Amino acid sequence: MDLEREFERVVAADHRVEPRDWMPDGYRATLVRQIAQHAHSEIIGMQPEGNWISRAPSLRRKAILLAKVQDEAGHGLYLYAAAETLGADRAELTERLVEGRQKYSSIFNYPTPTYADVGVIGWLVDGAAICNQVPLCRTSYGPYARAMIRVCKEESFHQRQGYELLMTMMSGTRQQRAMVQDAVDRWWWPSLMMFGPPDAESSNTEQSMLWRIKRHTNDELRQRFVDMSVPQAEKLGVTLPDPDLVWNAERGHHDFGEIDWSEFWRVVKGDGPCNQQRVAHRRRAHEDGAWVRDAAAEYARKKERAA
Amino acid sequence: MTRSSWPLYEVFVRGKRGLNHVHVGSLHAPDDEMALRNARDLYTRRNEGVSIWVVKADHITASSPDEKDPFFAPSGDKVYRHPTFYSIPEDVPHL
Repeated sequence: MDLEREFERVVAADHRVEPRDWMPDGYRATLVRQIAQHAHSEIIGMQPEGNWISRAPSLRRKAILLAKVQDEAGHGLYLYAAAETLGADRAELTERLVEGRQKYSSIFNYPTPTYADVGVIGWLVDGAAICNQVPLCRTSYGPYARAMIRVCKEESFHQRQGYELLMTMMSGTRQQRAMVQDAVDRWWWPSLMMFGPPDAESSNTEQSMLWRIKRHTNDELRQRFVDMSVPQAEKLGVTLPDPDLVWNAERGHHDFGEIDWSEFWRVVKGDGPCNQQRVAHRRRAHEDGAWVRDAAAEYARKKERAA
Repeated sequence: MTRSSWPLYEVFVRGKRGLNHVHVGSLHAPDDEMALRNARDLYTRRNEGVSIWVVKADHITASSPDEKDPFFAPSGDKVYRHPTFYSIPEDVPHL
């Protein structure tokens, strides 16, 4: 009981909970689930853009994209490391992912048919991710907060390279501008869904806010993202595909149209355009890498015996 | 599916000359050499360091993390170890 009061005191005082502190089982389980899903999202998120590394139009664009996808791998690893401080096992988390028992962000179940998708992912998808992630730099669990600080620093490059890519295409041919608009049309709504279900239906929000794992509700963050994106879209010269998107002077925010939540739930439950492909690819990469992991471990054992 | 048996390493990075090595996170690697290389790729992709230490996590001996730990009690009542314990008239220079 004393331990629980101490935990509550630390959280209420905005101090950080550290790995070997006592914490409620629910807090630990919520964090493992959230951090693992977050890590999986980074790792699966390498695929839609990795698709374009060999076909990016110049050496400069290839190098940028390669660095970006490598960052996603790094973010996944920071996060798996944070999950491990809670007693989770990375190999087991990977197994849960490839067996479909643990989820990742649904946004990565959408395809990237054109190169403009690389730019729009950087601008909108990484932009939405930043909105979600900046408050997590102050989340109550120390290792998670510290991982997020690193992630956020690096995401800023991701968003800027995307926007710059789009500006370049928008100053190109009519065809290129159409390609950008098409990508925006496809990614805008799924990006809004990245913030999760509306507050009224979000089962985890209330407890997570009490524990200060989350600091803002899904709808607050979604609104912030819409307000940020509108002037960026104007500057870019694209139209966001929502006829109901208007400035509401009274609220000091943009109003926007109804999100198709049936699509959201369909993709979450596994029936998105690329769900099976993404998980199958991850499983194949993991299995194909097994001999490398085994060989390296065996080499280390051999060296140790010789020493 | 085989489980990797790579041990966990803790990573410490010296940001620049003149600073201490600071803990930045952890990673898995088959041996010390690979741990260093992985640490470079994972934690210093943007010139964040000039020197890296890696150490197997199970080689670290740690105190309990609780701030109220009795382990740290001995220093709690020794206020005379701090300069503010001593009152000196304000007009004494350079002290």
